[in-house]
Amino acid sequence: MGSNRVLVVGGGLGGLAATMKLAELGVNVDLLSLTPVKRSHSVCAQGGINSVSDLTRQEGDSEWKHFDDTIYGGDFLQNQPPVKEMSDWAPKVIDLMDRLGVTFNRTPEGFIDRRRFGGTLYRRTAFAGATTGQQLLYALDEQVRRRESEGLVNKYEFWDFLGPILDDNGRCVGAAAQDMVTMQMRAFPADAVIVATGGNGLLYGRSTMSVFCTGSAASRCFQAGAKIGNPEFIQVHPTAIPGADKLRLMSESARGEGGRVWVPRKPNDSRSPKAIPETERYYFLEERFPKYGNLVPRDIATREIFNICVNEGLSIDPTRMCVYLDLTHIPKAELDRKLSGILEIYEKFQGVDPREEPMKIFPAVHYSMGGLWVDYEANANGGLLPGSPRNQSTNVPGLYAIGECDYQYHGANRLGANSLLSCIFSGLFAAPGIVNWMKGNKAAADLPKSIYEKALATQEARHKKLLANSSGDENPYLIHQELGDVMTRSATVVRDNKQLTEAYDKVCQLSERAAKCSLSDTGNWTNQNVIFTKALQDMFPSAKCILKGALHRDESRGAHYKPAFSMPSLSATDPAAKRKEAERWCDEFELNNEKFLKSTICDWNGSDPELSYEEVDTRLLPPRPRMYGLVGAEVIEQVWNERKANREKQPEPLKKQLAGAST
Amino acid sequence: MIAPRNEEASRNEEASQRRPSKVNVRILRQDGPGLPAYWERHQVDYEPDMNVISVLQKVAAQATTSDGQRVPPVAWDCGCLEEVCGSCTMVINGRVRQSCSALVDRLLEADANEIELRPMSKFPVRRDLVVDRSRLFRSLQRVDAWVPVDGYYDMGPGPRISREEQEQNYPLSQCMSCGCCLEACPQYNKIEMQREPGESDADYTARKNAAFDQEFVGAAAISQAMLFNSHPVGKNLANERMEVLTGPGGIQECGNAQNCVAVCPKEIPLTTSIARAGRAATVYSIKKFFDR
Repeated sequence: MGSNRVLVVGGGLGGLAATMKLAELGVNVDLLSLTPVKRSHSVCAQGGINSVSDLTRQEGDSEWKHFDDTIYGGDFLQNQPPVKEMSDWAPKVIDLMDRLGVTFNRTPEGFIDRRRFGGTLYRRTAFAGATTGQQLLYALDEQVRRRESEGLVNKYEFWDFLGPILDDNGRCVGAAAQDMVTMQMRAFPADAVIVATGGNGLLYGRSTMSVFCTGSAASRCFQAGAKIGNPEFIQVHPTAIPGADKLRLMSESARGEGGRVWVPRKPNDSRSPKAIPETERYYFLEERFPKYGNLVPRDIATREIFNICVNEGLSIDPTRMCVYLDLTHIPKAELDRKLSGILEIYEKFQGVDPREEPMKIFPAVHYSMGGLWVDYEANANGGLLPGSPRNQSTNVPGLYAIGECDYQYHGANRLGANSLLSCIFSGLFAAPGIVNWMKGNKAAADLPKSIYEKALATQEARHKKLLANSSGDENPYLIHQELGDVMTRSATVVRDNKQLTEAYDKVCQLSERAAKCSLSDTGNWTNQNVIFTKALQDMFPSAKCILKGALHRDESRGAHYKPAFSMPSLSATDPAAKRKEAERWCDEFELNNEKFLKSTICDWNGSDPELSYEEVDTRLLPPRPRMYGLVGAEVIEQVWNERKANREKQPEPLKKQLAGAST
Repeated sequence: MIAPRNEEASRNEEASQRRPSKVNVRILRQDGPGLPAYWERHQVDYEPDMNVISVLQKVAAQATTSDGQRVPPVAWDCGCLEEVCGSCTMVINGRVRQSCSALVDRLLEADANEIELRPMSKFPVRRDLVVDRSRLFRSLQRVDAWVPVDGYYDMGPGPRISREEQEQNYPLSQCMSCGCCLEACPQYNKIEMQREPGESDADYTARKNAAFDQEFVGAAAISQAMLFNSHPVGKNLANERMEVLTGPGGIQECGNAQNCVAVCPKEIPLTTSIARAGRAATVYSIKKFFDR
């Protein structure tokens, strides 16, 4: 084996899982990160990690149901084989993390305790207090430190990834990076590069994400030729604490442990929450979705909270929009045992004890379902073929993407506690395939030096140009604020084509202005100013992908909601008329899927993304209307189920004919 | 998020009645390692719900001192902004803490005139408020702070852990390597080294590690050693860990000042861990003596 060095960019759950697994397989890993890997954004994940368990299995649960919940939750936009493989692996991932010493909460008998999360009816979620991401990350960080001690892993912390380096055939043979302390640039030759750099919440100014989640690394890969898939699908988490610098997450686990969302039925009710009697409280999620209650998927909960505040005028605070998230009915000892981490955050930053007073919360940008397009190779069962070099590979040979920065697992909406799973799973699963990819290639170390010198020269030139631009009068921090404002206004909960078109123009203008930034620091030592400005400039291609993807998707699916192109709700009261409406609804649903059940694919042409569409692999589970037991929508589900039953009765050839006729 | 326009306006109005319109900050700056430190004053607009991070964000955007001089923006470290990543430790009004959870309103209650920001003093300054904490991570390596599993293949679940054990270990496992306990410790002293001309990355790291390994390992790492010594598989390395804790820079360096536990932002029972380590060290030393 001539080539055996992998560069992993990003040290969150995905990057560390891949690093650890590669080291086990005897591969040398250079691990590059903007921050000490132990401080990566995965630490912010709170609620837990999903898998089927021995207990849920006896309640009728299975890997298949976890798969079904994930696909249905994602509104059928995911290719199904990777999701099937992930659900199948989930119990093994939790077992592994358990062995690594993660301090999962325990039942009195000593088993891993579980709680319920959104979009499922089973208690699948394993958790370590309310800091599960932190605990999982630490376990992986510890294993990587162990491998570092053994000499297989070299860490480069406080290094900024500047872009992949491609050879003349378009194969990725390493990356350029910059030391954020000394500002020195270096090429890292590698036989494969894994990008595991997370989401891009900073495009929205304030979000629940950490300050380094600029999406710049993925953007740099995109600008170098990697495709992006489904960028318009941005998860807005229903419950966050508004703040001046950040919108702090209030985990879904608060609702998983019994937390209830409500507003006073009377608008502008000025009584303190505890003085409002039960009958005068509107538990709107429970009333509208009796089956799932407060644990409807995030896109739905977010729209309902938004709607209650904006359209129904029931915000609990007249000066700012928010609703109550109430835990005060739960015994304090139980809260402290299961949720102390998030309760402390609320207490510290809001100065109010959420064990005593209901919390005031509002939605915030949280996760990007879309990201770098990656490939997969299915096996005969509809899962993934282990060891295939195609798994998690971008369209640039040798460049891989895993974790939040890929587009693979969550479709149009991610279910809570599935992100930690997808990050660790994709890192572990990709590793053997990457080893196989490297077997057939000439070692990067033996390639001509000129490839790397050329790439570095380009980066040096960019850097020097920025430092030398003293004539510009644009301030990168202020442009970032403007970008955040326009993205938040146009590309979050409710989307409208006119607004998206205007936002795209505005983002183009901002992008041109950002090219003319002049720096307040022109030195060459720990220059955070120039690092940020480069990241800012690279936010624009990502922002353009989100806006353009959203503009051209004239439908509502998961987190992408366009009222102008939404399926109407049923209005008839007479059963026969209602039935007719439901028939029409189902016809339209099928027509819409013909048109839009497709992944948005973006290619960069140097100034704008160009869109194309790719079929979604639905080989295992046919799409169905996503209702979550919404009151008033029962008849739609009834009509749909009858159609499905009829179709299953048809002999095979006729079914195909029917499918053909409807296109 | 979906910023209702009236939100900030009306809250500002309410706030302006009881809060100043400006916030003054005094920052101890340093342009690079080994260079002299100097104080600089900045003034930013007051907003409700500010923390030290949002003050520093404004300072960076202005890049102008309170007397109108253009200066390079102040450098500082931060990450999650919700006190779980450990990045943003600094000394604020004389007390080491995370700057994200340092709320401006509270700080102004204590001193309305000014907020004072200094870098940690026990780690070498890289620039301004950014320090080099690589020694902290090295100390985790020193005490083998990991569970020595066979590998990462599927081998079924881990050992059964009782609820009591979990409740004892979880607090220790929340250590975010922020360094507050080390800054506050009288026995933990700064080690500052410079790269020699022509020295390679690997050689420089090896020389630094050798120096770190002779000095006090500190409360955070002692507590991690106790965490892993109590894990059913982690304890397979208990002797190795005790060898380090009874060697140079080990537990005997602790002067029992108990500052560490007082400043820990996660309220980790560090002195309990240190006491446990002390007892274990005694047992280990006696056992070692008789096993010779």
